[in-house]
Amino acid sequence: MTTEHEPNGLIGASLKRVEDPPLITGKGCYVDDINLPGMLHLAFQRSPYPHAKILSIDVGKAKTMPGVEAVITGNDISEKLNLSSSQVLPKMKIPPHPVLARGAVHCVGAPVAAVVAKTRAQAEDAANSIDVEYEALPGVSNAEAALEPGAPLAREEIDGNICYTMVKNGGDVDKAFAIADHIFTMHIASPRQVALAMEPRGIVASPDPFGKNLTLWLSTQGPHRARAEIANTLGFPEHKIHLIAPDVGGGFGSKGPVYREDIVACHLALKLRKPIKWVATRSEDFITTIQGRDQAMTSEMALRKDGKILGLKVKVVANLGAYLHSSTAGPPQRMLGMACGSYQIKDCRVEIVAVFTNTCPTGPYRGAGRPESVLNIERLLDKAAAVLGMDRLEIRRKNFIQPDQFPYTTGTGVEYDSGDYEKPLREALKMSNYDDLLRQRDERRKRGELVGVGFSTFVEPSGGAGFESGTVRVERTGEITVLTGSSSHGQGHETSWAQIAAELMKTSMDHVTILHGDTHVSQQGTGTFGSRSAVVGGGALAIAAERVIEKGKRIAAHLVEAAPEDLVQSDGGFAVKGVPDKTISWRQIAGAAYSGRVPEGMEIGLQETAFFDPKREAWGFGTHVALVSIDRDTGKFTIERLVLVDDCGVVINPMIVEGQIHGGVAQGLGEAMREQMLYSDDGQVQTGTFMNYAIMRAADMPPMILGETITPNPFNPLGVKGVGECGTNGAPPSVANALMDALAPLGIEHVDMPYTAPKLWALIRNAERKN
Amino acid sequence: MFPASFAYVAARSVEEALELMVKHGEEGKLLAGGHSLIPAMKLRLQSPRTLIDLGTVPGLRGVRVDGDHLVIGALTVHTDVASSELVRKHLLGLADATSVIGDIQVRNRGTIGGSVAHADPAADLPVILTALNASFTVQSLSGSRSIAVDDFFTDFFTTAMNSDEILTEIHVPIPATGTGSAYAKLPHPASGYVVVSAGALIARQASGSCTAARVAIGGLGTGPLRAVATELELQGKPLTPQIIAAAAAKAAEETEPVEDSYAGVEYKCHVATVYARKAIEAAVERVKS
Repeated sequence: MTTEHEPNGLIGASLKRVEDPPLITGKGCYVDDINLPGMLHLAFQRSPYPHAKILSIDVGKAKTMPGVEAVITGNDISEKLNLSSSQVLPKMKIPPHPVLARGAVHCVGAPVAAVVAKTRAQAEDAANSIDVEYEALPGVSNAEAALEPGAPLAREEIDGNICYTMVKNGGDVDKAFAIADHIFTMHIASPRQVALAMEPRGIVASPDPFGKNLTLWLSTQGPHRARAEIANTLGFPEHKIHLIAPDVGGGFGSKGPVYREDIVACHLALKLRKPIKWVATRSEDFITTIQGRDQAMTSEMALRKDGKILGLKVKVVANLGAYLHSSTAGPPQRMLGMACGSYQIKDCRVEIVAVFTNTCPTGPYRGAGRPESVLNIERLLDKAAAVLGMDRLEIRRKNFIQPDQFPYTTGTGVEYDSGDYEKPLREALKMSNYDDLLRQRDERRKRGELVGVGFSTFVEPSGGAGFESGTVRVERTGEITVLTGSSSHGQGHETSWAQIAAELMKTSMDHVTILHGDTHVSQQGTGTFGSRSAVVGGGALAIAAERVIEKGKRIAAHLVEAAPEDLVQSDGGFAVKGVPDKTISWRQIAGAAYSGRVPEGMEIGLQETAFFDPKREAWGFGTHVALVSIDRDTGKFTIERLVLVDDCGVVINPMIVEGQIHGGVAQGLGEAMREQMLYSDDGQVQTGTFMNYAIMRAADMPPMILGETITPNPFNPLGVKGVGECGTNGAPPSVANALMDALAPLGIEHVDMPYTAPKLWALIRNAERKN
Repeated sequence: MFPASFAYVAARSVEEALELMVKHGEEGKLLAGGHSLIPAMKLRLQSPRTLIDLGTVPGLRGVRVDGDHLVIGALTVHTDVASSELVRKHLLGLADATSVIGDIQVRNRGTIGGSVAHADPAADLPVILTALNASFTVQSLSGSRSIAVDDFFTDFFTTAMNSDEILTEIHVPIPATGTGSAYAKLPHPASGYVVVSAGALIARQASGSCTAARVAIGGLGTGPLRAVATELELQGKPLTPQIIAAAAAKAAEETEPVEDSYAGVEYKCHVATVYARKAIEAAVERVKS
């Protein structure tokens, strides 16, 4: 297999997405667009308390209301209807996660009762009429506070609030600290963010008349994994579930796991033998869909006076929320692999303390632990430079892992497969006119302005979590059908996959159809998350295509009575070497393949399936540079320039890659500038609507200047690396470093995101009062 | 996000709407543009049994001159106020405010009367209408009366209107020559509502000194507040940047703002002085032009 492609080929072409016309003209088909005859609607009564004992539930009125077909509470269903979490560690504590609360609720929004009615309005009215009597219990929302002695217990079933702890030691960190010239500490708390996909979560569950088969339309990032989780939870045969992910309006990690409402919908559909729909309102989505970040990192760094980083200790206190979804325990563990960033630090210790609180469960959100890791190490590097009085570029260059050191095993035992970190750094400095930015900053500072320049150099692992599958079928017509286990929820698979298949098969994109998001169409699959689709799904597709090409070539050779070695690929099929006019089209080859005119011993048909597991992650990298200013009068923070240079290896479609970067940057800058899900100390929701949760809007975005370097990845068929998360990984730390640079003249050393105007204003005013 | 069940009645006249209000009492609610009421109903913060729609009542829209006043019909939507030739000629401060309410959809549907009667402490219109010294015509089955803006906003979401009254017209004095008005707002990053805002109406003599000033501040209290200390500080003085800054610095005096999840008391008081200055400076600038 080759990592090279012809210039001007389809791989690398900036093409408009073929899936967009229906999506942007309101002609898409999302879960809420699925309407089945006799379909019923589901609604929930939810806890208004962060933590409470349920004393009684009165469903009497709801049962008599118009259109109501069923009302259930946690007492009406088996306790086996409980969402499970993977046991990441043997000692990890997994408290119950019943699909409807049983005896107690542990965060606001926990479902307490469910109503099925003929219309949505009837279901909502009846759910609203259910009277629940609670006894409020003390709650805790902050993970570090939850570790304090005497803190309220978030989950009364377990002793203490710790779900798990994990420690990874590399080298001899104590020795490194003993011989260090300088040691400093830093504490960073990353704000909690809400995923807020444009399409809220939703499901339609439709059983057959005998309850033997179940068809589901689910807004999910991974149809096969969701099906397995639903089957396990329900105790229903997995292969009897047909799960379809129709158009999916975003996920960002939050639509990976299965949720309580999904199971309740399936359970009631099977019980009533009728199709049931549930689609979250925005209010429900806000408080029940897994949220991201909310990790507090306490670090210590040991330095030699020449700038060499000797050792690093990081302790992560991660807020898991009240319940464990299948993916909740994962994100904090990214720090184990990424704590050392792009730098040679062999002596290190990383400790994770994962904590229960009375808040919405957390889980992967665009970056899933990567942004926290990058923010931590990049702030540490800037502070190390300040401690040593060294240039911020110089300390990075001095400690970078060098190109000839790959594959490089970090202090925490994770292998970075490939890299050349100087390349994007150089490019970003050039594109941003870095020296000129510094001059501008200094001049403006003399005029009393608060201006800062910052950057981050980062790594971005992609393509993990196992296999993906791909099937390439040449139809009788010579057209190509691709079945992929990797489903799209906005990534543009239908375009990128067609570009890959058409380029490899030397055919037109119009002749390629991509089928995805359906467990009965594609064999098996893992799903779309962690920037893995192009690496793993694209890789599987490429391998399957190569197999079909190989078989096609042998059939073509058979047809023209030549040796396969004498054939070369040409437009639309093959040609005989040296005789370009003598061509055999895919249509001719397919005709032969399906009518048995194949070489002796060859199986008929022209379809190949590949399962690809790269077994190692593809580590992308980049450098982001920011110029920022702060208005002293109001604390308003402005990103004046943002230069983003990413190396994601071979680029399949530059326009889609740019879109991924734009979207990631928007969510990353949301974290940096505006977004934070706030809870009161005991867990009451304070920012549960767009009225008080400040999501980034298009008009809030700064201008972005994008650049790239291309270092093909040597370990997958296409040479690609993931790019979906670089915006959330690299941009916020660059902005953080720029902000801290702007505040440095005032002697301010740290402030946590988001950098809201009131927060910055108070900080500046206090610093000025002190000075 | 689904309102409780309700009945809907479209009124054909103010009189009919008033009769419907009497008939439905506390279970009825007037509907104008609906851009505050409908979201509140969808969140079930309000669950009126009957909505009495004023949208079908003729004669409540538009801007006209009546002597030395501009008269704005209560059902005039924000976009129409902002783009009205009369408003742009005489009351640029009102054009400022109606241009920054919510988003385009809100401005195309939301009405001036709805916003005023709702009396949201974080709304724009109460602030600028206070600076512009507006008055409100309210009608009941027993007749109509006028309420001065300084007496109108009595508490959070509460006005001096009685429950049997409908707001029909907003009267704003047309400022004399040599007068300018402006509105400046620090919006909440999520909602776009007022964190702090300021409206100013400034009259200036040819000599350059201030002959009259009305300055109102939003976001610091239960409704718009007159910045009396600021007004006094400007009175009779030359409108130099220093004088304006000194006057604006008093804009938050004797206010008692409340901390919220976005901003604290000190910040609100400080930015009130910043936005008071911005509004006064912009109003003065408009006197010149």
